[in-house]
Amino acid sequence: MKLMHCPLNGPRNISEFIYGGELKEMPSPESCSDREWADYVFYSDNTAGVVTEWWMHVASSYWFLAERHTVTDEVLRTFDPKEIFTHRVTFTATEARP
Amino acid sequence: MPFGLLKYGLSSRYPAEVDIPPPKALKSSYDVVIIGGGGHGLAIAYYLAKYHGITDVAVLEKAYLGGGNTARNTAVIRSNYLTSEGVRFYSESVRLFQQLSNEFDFNIMYSERGQLTLAHTDGAVRAFRQRAEVNKHFGGRTEMIDRQQIRELVPTLNLDPGHLPVLAGLWHRDGATARHDAVAWGYAKEAAKRGVEIHQLTSVEDVVIENGRLTGVKTNRGAIRCGCAIQAVAGHSSTMARKAGFRLPVVSYPLQAMVTQPVKPFLDPLVSSSALHCYVQQTSRGEVVFGGGSDPYPLYNTRSTLDLKESLITSGIEMFPFLAKAKLMRQWAGITDMTPDYSPIMGASPVQNYYLDAGWGTWGFKATPICGKTMAELIATGKTPELIAPFCLERFDHFRQINEMGATAASH
Repeated sequence: MKLMHCPLNGPRNISEFIYGGELKEMPSPESCSDREWADYVFYSDNTAGVVTEWWMHVASSYWFLAERHTVTDEVLRTFDPKEIFTHRVTFTATEARP
Repeated sequence: MPFGLLKYGLSSRYPAEVDIPPPKALKSSYDVVIIGGGGHGLAIAYYLAKYHGITDVAVLEKAYLGGGNTARNTAVIRSNYLTSEGVRFYSESVRLFQQLSNEFDFNIMYSERGQLTLAHTDGAVRAFRQRAEVNKHFGGRTEMIDRQQIRELVPTLNLDPGHLPVLAGLWHRDGATARHDAVAWGYAKEAAKRGVEIHQLTSVEDVVIENGRLTGVKTNRGAIRCGCAIQAVAGHSSTMARKAGFRLPVVSYPLQAMVTQPVKPFLDPLVSSSALHCYVQQTSRGEVVFGGGSDPYPLYNTRSTLDLKESLITSGIEMFPFLAKAKLMRQWAGITDMTPDYSPIMGASPVQNYYLDAGWGTWGFKATPICGKTMAELIATGKTPELIAPFCLERFDHFRQINEMGATAASH
């Protein structure tokens, strides 16, 4: 079976992981338009080439990022998200709209 | 006798029939350029010529005709979907398929076997009841059947696989299969007969857009101007759309399938299981097709993997245990353009004069005739036919998805 290198757990069978989608920036749900939100949730680059994407090691619930070539099926690099996310993101709860 | 053969071989009437004319140079301009020479692209060309008299059409195919997902699907034709939009659309496709051999005067080997989907949970039984009623409402022949009826229909089926006993079945009499290559070639021959140019080994490298309007395409054989263009490129939909400057709600996954060596006829209907994520059918040659495992992550690669084979066969032999002795003969994969709601995207694109025939995921073959017919009508009249209006790209911007996730038989 194909192996994937988990930054936390080392090399594991790829069946232990799930794919979590392209790495993309979330627009602010408070201020963005419906079109921008639709773009964020539905649309995709779907690149044929090197992509950066989310993966999770299921057994340890550990989320990380991977660079992968979507034509050759090679995982080029896996790394902890703190390389990119240097600040804590706080979500502010707002009153639900009636 | 050998002289008779020699005489025939040397006669000017030999070869008797040319399917499509030999390739010639590209013209500098066409009314319509169709990108992708699969079943869909060829069907659009055929219906444009047949119903709308538009024959200044070029179908551009980067490899050979019908060599992509048209040749890689498992040739299931059915209309037992869940939503009214979906059922109306696919029912019309089944009706067109039924007449296709006569229309082409060419046998597409349409074979109405019926399709049986197995329910292993109460939830699936409820969903199947709804699908049966929706399907009946739109003129389809679908009904719920019990274990005894399933046993009579498919005596070789194991009704108690592991921890998932079969509770009931959705029996879709309209379910059918056909020879997929014949469908593509039937459309190609009839389109070519009416003057459509079919260019193989011609890839579209870029599209030319002036002031938001498409005016031409650039190919590996030179630039062409055109009145409008349609992309019908299945797994490569996002790549093509990017050339035109927009993104699609599509992710490309390989779908893997396989067949065994031929065995005696034992299975008439197409059988699929909602919980075992597998569908099984026996072709007219006797081979048993195991269908539909999507890879667990996106990929533009048609390799086969042992992991997926193992999981599909595990389910397949739960359903038909004696198949454990059969040997696999072929395996393959196609790149499917999956949409978030498991419904296709047809109609206008953000670029004027550029049309989309995309998002066909694992359900494209069965829609070939109706998609071709309605897209041709859209291109010829400029008006979106009512049947495909709900499948427009903008539905995602307005959160009006058409959810067919549960009614697509492949495992996802």
